[in-house]
Amino acid sequence: MPSAFKKALDSGKFIVTCEAAPGKGTNLENMKHHIELLKDKVDAMNVTDHQSSVMRFPSLGGAILVKEMGGEPILQMTCRDRNRMALQADLLFASSRGVNNVLCLTGDSVMLGDHKEAKPVFDLDSSQLVAAVRTMEKGKDMAGNELDGGVRFCAGAIVTPEANPIEPQLIKFEKKLEAGSEFIQTQAVYDMDNFKTFMEYARQFPVKILAGIILLTSAPMARFMNKNVAGVTVPHGLIDEMASAPKGGALKKGIEIAGRMVRQIKEENICDGVHIMAIGKEEKVVDIMEAAGLL
Amino acid sequence: MIRSITQLKPAEEIERLLDGMGRVFIIGCGTCVTLTQTGGMPEVEAMKNELSEKGKVVTGTTVVPVACDNLTIDILNDIQSPVKQADALLIMTCAYGVQTIGHQINKTVIPALNTLFIGKESGAGQFNEVCKQCGTCVIGETGGICPVTACHKGLVNGPCGGTNNGKCEIDANKDCAWTSIYNRLSELGRLDSMRTYQKPRNHLGEPSPGKFEIPME
Ligand code: SF4
Ligand code: SF4
Repeated sequence: MPSAFKKALDSGKFIVTCEAAPGKGTNLENMKHHIELLKDKVDAMNVTDHQSSVMRFPSLGGAILVKEMGGEPILQMTCRDRNRMALQADLLFASSRGVNNVLCLTGDSVMLGDHKEAKPVFDLDSSQLVAAVRTMEKGKDMAGNELDGGVRFCAGAIVTPEANPIEPQLIKFEKKLEAGSEFIQTQAVYDMDNFKTFMEYARQFPVKILAGIILLTSAPMARFMNKNVAGVTVPHGLIDEMASAPKGGALKKGIEIAGRMVRQIKEENICDGVHIMAIGKEEKVVDIMEAAGLL
Repeated sequence: MIRSITQLKPAEEIERLLDGMGRVFIIGCGTCVTLTQTGGMPEVEAMKNELSEKGKVVTGTTVVPVACDNLTIDILNDIQSPVKQADALLIMTCAYGVQTIGHQINKTVIPALNTLFIGKESGAGQFNEVCKQCGTCVIGETGGICPVTACHKGLVNGPCGGTNNGKCEIDANKDCAWTSIYNRLSELGRLDSMRTYQKPRNHLGEPSPGKFEIPME
């Protein structure tokens, strides 16, 4: 049976997803609060997998929690910490617990996180993980052995539309599609004209594209992203707009900008939906959706 | 030529490894570590002075021509008493040299260096890792550039999301392997091979520890 998220994707409606980020430790109150607040407003919630290579409560545990609370989880899975055996085992576990959406990622370098001396795995890459999901759906594991009880996932991956140079990125993107990605979440996009150019290219493929929206919280934060986050470019105009906010009003401005972008994407039918990342301020997703006229 | 690339261990680690061993014989090597200035004549001399200052008795030093050669043991046997008197041999060679010596002489061997990688001298004083000896070489499809080594994550299907202006997410001074491979293949008119999906890598090239014997009739 297709997952609720898959049905939403296929329905042609404008999709909204967000994130639930597990914390470090067993105190799940904050995540539960965000799930409670957002589960009925969005089509699905991504649960991040040791985001930025910082060890936390596992994405699979978080995805099960979303499910138990009545939400629709998208399990983020990186190839950083598990080899193909562990990844397949976790897919079996996820499936057995009704977690039926997976976002396949390569994962950040271990060196960028908080356990720098840990052994990086990267046995598979993101496109190979998507292919592994499709193999398992056919009732076999990656070594060709029969599975006793199968899996069914809606599988997706990511793309960075503003990567420089763009050509190698697009080759990888097409491989992710060939491997069987049904949806693609993009890295944060801010320049709608650039994004439209990407979409003109991407429209030739039968895949649902969700534009990544990262909430700007201040002008320095936007400058920081330009400097430090690969493939993210906040145009000067937006930075100036953030800087023009009255004292204490930067977050409100950021919500307004994010809401405006979401509204534009929907009204101009630029892509199939949005993936809103409010990094640490998940409750603001509601405000962004309101600003976009979605609630 | 390929070289074993090494780096001096932190002084505290060497001190800890030599704890309780008052008499030390120091061995350097005239090949790779001389080139990388980590275990040649000057470095052995400096180590001798440092250990003496710390109260160790340095019973002697030598810089053998090629520490990983099995003949090294003959040189050490010729030296006789300074080696015999020592509680430990502090070896300023790569781990191949340390193990060659350790396997043939009944003495505690202590490495003074960390062996980082097998590298290629790419310019004066510059050494780069270009092959990890993975056992299942894939560079026939990547324009001769090794993604297993040159890509920080060893990815074989193209770049990760961290690639930035042609550089790697871990270091703005390191080229992103997949930008290099893309450029090379595009020059060669072979981008089709980058577009071909690569299956998960075979990590069973040669199970560790690798072993090879020339087949005898
Ligand atoms: S793929 Fe790379 S690491 Fe493996 S043998 Fe070839 S060059 Fe060496
Ligand atoms: S940035 Fe390039 S070289 Fe670095 S890990 Fe990613 S793909 Fe590999």
